[in-house]
Amino acid sequence: MTAFIEPVLGRYVHVSIGGKTCRVYFEEAGAGIPLLCLHTAGADGRQFRALFNDPEVTSRFRVIAFDMPWHGKSSPPAGWQHDDYRLTSEGYVEQVMAIADALQLDRPVAMGCSIGGRIALYLALKHPQRFRAIIGLQSSAFVDPYYDTEWLHRPDTHGGEVCAGAVSGLIGPDAPDAHRWETLWHYMQGGPGVFKGDLFFYKVDGDIREQVASIDTALCPLYLLTGEYDYSCPPEDTLEVARRVTGAKVTIMPGLGHFPMSENPEVFRRHLLPVLDEIVRRD
Amino acid sequence: MLEGIAALVNQDPFLQRKGRFVDCVLMLESGDTRWRLTIHGGKIESIETGRFIMARHDVLMRASAETWERFWLSRPAPGYNDLFALLKKRLLTIEGNVQPFMANLFYFKGVLEMPRRLDAKAEA
Repeated sequence: MTAFIEPVLGRYVHVSIGGKTCRVYFEEAGAGIPLLCLHTAGADGRQFRALFNDPEVTSRFRVIAFDMPWHGKSSPPAGWQHDDYRLTSEGYVEQVMAIADALQLDRPVAMGCSIGGRIALYLALKHPQRFRAIIGLQSSAFVDPYYDTEWLHRPDTHGGEVCAGAVSGLIGPDAPDAHRWETLWHYMQGGPGVFKGDLFFYKVDGDIREQVASIDTALCPLYLLTGEYDYSCPPEDTLEVARRVTGAKVTIMPGLGHFPMSENPEVFRRHLLPVLDEIVRRD
Repeated sequence: MLEGIAALVNQDPFLQRKGRFVDCVLMLESGDTRWRLTIHGGKIESIETGRFIMARHDVLMRASAETWERFWLSRPAPGYNDLFALLKKRLLTIEGNVQPFMANLFYFKGVLEMPRRLDAKAEA
């Protein structure tokens, strides 16, 4: 096999979030319009690995993905051992804006999946003029809890096994095996209680149903792409957001699940590229 | 239908590796039908069906016969593709000691999805 080095650069930025200094790992590739990618709960920026290696994207976009503090190669802030990790809508918005500022991104496109798709709605609502466009993958305004998340962080269950086992069915039936299991591996590597802490935002604190109608797509275009086989954020939940947000554009992706960019990058790009084309044209 | 899965589970290398610590009596309810699966070390030792008056079990999974039929299709429709999908749609309840289930999700999901292989064979 010929060795291949990906055109991806990884670095750390030290940034203040919630009054605490965080050492945040981010990767980037390409040049052009900044495309800031937000990973799902309990995972990390590796979910966007295919996007970094897609010349049709990187020839026009500077693709950036950061690991949220506590995730991937980003550290938790000093003193983390004294508290349980818990993500809130306010803290998550602050985090994304802090990273965008620290990297001096000029009106980036934000693209987030799952919790990233939910926070995308908050960004569209609270900071529309700071973004060129917002892309929500698997975006819903709320999800009704359907299992007890206490099980994700207990001494009588293995955190990696239970987190991956809990999300395994969210992957669509056509995902290639290598991508399916790479996606699950990221879940198996999450820190103790981190996935559970993210789900506090997703299932409790981050209920944006009453506010989505105030999103103004004239200030910032909103694109919503959702996989058909996602039962955490099923297509009907995304369509409900679109019904309430005037001007939002929806794509339902047949055969895909909750992690489109990671579980089946080849199929996902067919749905994403027309959106990116439109963003470039509008620009 | 369920009786046919014991040999498949017991010969499946992935499930045997994942389930090697599973000791559990699982009661599966499908409408009026009940199956009791006795599992030791990940091996299904028996699958019984009957009325089970005062039967002992560790965990009970209950759904309608129609739900299980749709779940066991070789390519289930969205919403019927995973045990957690059924939980989300409130079509499945899981009662009893759920610790073995949650601690061994890959195993239990694999066992409960095994009838899909029988469905695929029936189609072929």
